[in-house]
Amino acid sequence: MLDVLEGPTETQFEFITFSAGNQSFCLEITQIREIRRWTPVTKLPHTPEDVLGVMNLRGAVIPIFDLSARFGLGKTVDNERNVVIVAAAGGTTVGLLVESVSEILSVNKSSIQETPDIKSEAARQAILGVISVGESMVRVVNLDAVLDTDGGMVA
Amino acid sequence: MSRNAIRDTFFEECEELLEALVEGLSAMEEDAGNMDVVNAVFRAVHSIKGGAGAFALGRLVSFAHTFETVMDKVRSQELMVDEALMRLFHRSGDQLADLVEAARDERDPNAEAEATILRELEAYLGEEEQGGDEDFSFDALSLDFGTSADSEQSPEYPETPPSALRQFDIRFKPSRALYANGHEPLLLFDALAELGTLTVQADLSFLPDFDAFDPNDAVLAWQLQLETAEPETVLHEIFEFVESLCELDMSVTEESDTPDFDMETVTETAVMKPPPATLVKSAKVASVMPGAGSDGPPSPRTAAASKEEPRGPRPTLRVDLERVDRLINTVGELIINQAMISQRIEELELPAVAHLTNELEAYKLLARDIQEGVMAIRAQPAKPLFQRMSRIVREASEATGKKARLVTVGDSTEVDKTVIERLADPLTHMVRNAVDHGLEKPEKRTEAGKDTIGTIRLSASHRSGSVFIEIADDGAGLNRARILEKAIEKGLVVPEAELSEAEIDNLLFLPGFSTASEVSNLSGRGVGMDVVKNAVAALGGRVSITSSPGAGTTFTIVLPLTLAVMDGFVISVADQTMVIPIASIIETIRPNRRDLHSIGTKGFVISVRGAYVPIVDVARNLGLAPGAQDPGNGVLLLVSTESQGLTALRVEAIHDQRQVVIKSLESNYGAIPGVSAATILGDGKIALILDPQELVKLQPAAPYFAAVTSPRMELRHA
Repeated sequence: MLDVLEGPTETQFEFITFSAGNQSFCLEITQIREIRRWTPVTKLPHTPEDVLGVMNLRGAVIPIFDLSARFGLGKTVDNERNVVIVAAAGGTTVGLLVESVSEILSVNKSSIQETPDIKSEAARQAILGVISVGESMVRVVNLDAVLDTDGGMVA
Repeated sequence: MSRNAIRDTFFEECEELLEALVEGLSAMEEDAGNMDVVNAVFRAVHSIKGGAGAFALGRLVSFAHTFETVMDKVRSQELMVDEALMRLFHRSGDQLADLVEAARDERDPNAEAEATILRELEAYLGEEEQGGDEDFSFDALSLDFGTSADSEQSPEYPETPPSALRQFDIRFKPSRALYANGHEPLLLFDALAELGTLTVQADLSFLPDFDAFDPNDAVLAWQLQLETAEPETVLHEIFEFVESLCELDMSVTEESDTPDFDMETVTETAVMKPPPATLVKSAKVASVMPGAGSDGPPSPRTAAASKEEPRGPRPTLRVDLERVDRLINTVGELIINQAMISQRIEELELPAVAHLTNELEAYKLLARDIQEGVMAIRAQPAKPLFQRMSRIVREASEATGKKARLVTVGDSTEVDKTVIERLADPLTHMVRNAVDHGLEKPEKRTEAGKDTIGTIRLSASHRSGSVFIEIADDGAGLNRARILEKAIEKGLVVPEAELSEAEIDNLLFLPGFSTASEVSNLSGRGVGMDVVKNAVAALGGRVSITSSPGAGTTFTIVLPLTLAVMDGFVISVADQTMVIPIASIIETIRPNRRDLHSIGTKGFVISVRGAYVPIVDVARNLGLAPGAQDPGNGVLLLVSTESQGLTALRVEAIHDQRQVVIKSLESNYGAIPGVSAATILGDGKIALILDPQELVKLQPAAPYFAAVTSPRMELRHA
């Protein structure tokens, strides 16, 4: 569990950056409930590849998605550093398996840029915007799109 | 509290009042002369009217008003309750319920039915009382509690002329609760003063010494004398909301020489004759209300009656259901946690000296106690559910021209709230069926030597950890020949099938089966018993039928006590631990190779006492294994399914039988075909709870034709 940090000022947003499928992503800190080490999950039948199964989070049954696979970046390779980010939005709680968590990013709203015009509609929906950090680009994950279990995310 | 919250409270209260109303009406049917019952009904209607007035629900108010006015005539014994009036009251009660519901949902109620009932109600009223929507002046009708007992009084005494002044002596001692509830005696006195000449005398005799004085205590009492032309009812109405919160004695002396109809009262009056008034409030005698009814001389019993008034129901607490559910969830956690701790400690293999086992056992018991206690919060008596059925019986018998009465047994049996809610529809259907199909027409009943009025018996009971609900009619019983004929006609069974009586009875539960040869406007709604069965099954229960010709049919619904836990077999399927509800399993079979027969290349059937039962490989249907496993090694669970009858589910092994806490998968993910929910095992891992009904459907093509490869399910949502 992360310590609660000082609330961001009006224009400041805090993100937790992580990597999935060798790409750098981030989620707004308010959407994240906790970060856990990977533990084996209970598989669900008849589910797509990116649904790893369900996990017991203090009595609640939460689904665990492989974020990399969900973004169509291939299955996450087993690794010691793999963690599950427990995120919640709109009453739904899910776990997202990512390769590793990097840091907390504090940025002004103005430094979040619009997603460049890319061809994939699905990818555009899944990414709210991008933040450039030094040399690299961090993608802001649209949690709602990830949680939307109805729509196939990406092929 | 916001206005909406108050409004919600009003409708919650309305529900309770309507319940009391229905209950009262049923009691009236037994004994219309019982004034306590009549009063209870009156109060219920009156309270609904009062509340509705506060929310400006005009239609509700005016309907309740008319209803109440007629009720009041019964109360004053101006109207005798006969069968027709009783029926009208029932219908009025139903209509009132409809109006409340309509007001709650903010939609327009059925105006036609309302108008019909209103007209009929008004027919019982004199000219004056009609059409007075805003006119709440039913007050003038008197309430005479005594007449039923003191029968010598009411017939003999002519109506007291409305203008006759009478003197009421009222002793009023508020309790602490009266003040706590925000009532103000002065306002009551003001209201009394408006009725006539009021003399108020404070009685300070209860004042303690200054040292012992508790400013919060209610120590004052008052002696009031009121000279008024109003009947006693009006006075009682003023005290209506405080009667249970104070000591109230009311006695009356006629202005003229009163006959000594009650020595006691007179003596009392004399003794307690107050000293000259210290506080005098007077007002003009209120003008005589129109349509004053019979002012039978109020009997001294009135005072006694108000004392005998039950103190009201036991105090209850309204709690947001969500809070209860959260608590239940947490307690479920506690149980799991306890199981985990036990398991861990066992693994430690501590020396016996630690005495840990005793403590652990105590912990386990405590946890179970807490769980049971919390579950009990959700439990509710079946009464409201059963009461709703009385309306169904009434409507159904009216629609079919049959006569039926509903007898309920064990309506205090407590059942989980969700069960009650979800049982309403199936039960409605079954009760309707019982009247429509179960009971015979009155003529036929007479021929058979039965009472022309059929009886529908609805009973609830707890037996061995389950809730039993029975719907029994005393009709003709199932016409098995007709059922079989129909089933053959519909292609549900082959003509040459030899079926046992029970098997024939169970044909009723097959989808697409409806026996009524003539589609009545009642039951022919395309809802069959299969829907009932599914609804009950969804609650983890089952339905069965017994019937004997000429004596009637009984449907029995067996439900688990709670929806939060379930008895299940812990099984393994493709190396995963899963749980299957025990309720769904008929028997478990360790197959003998001799009984296994293959059909196609990979399909198997097993012969169970001569019948060939298809084998469904659970792992394969769940998509966890590529093809069917050898059914010879493994365990078969015999289940009865709606889609394909008896089916044997093949799993690898059964490990344990235990109670599991049910966790929804849908709240965070969504439905998964073949899986009804999940649970958390002692090791903290999640196990899926299988749904046999859906599981076998996963491969709709006959499972024993192996050419079909494992189904490609692309759906994530069933």
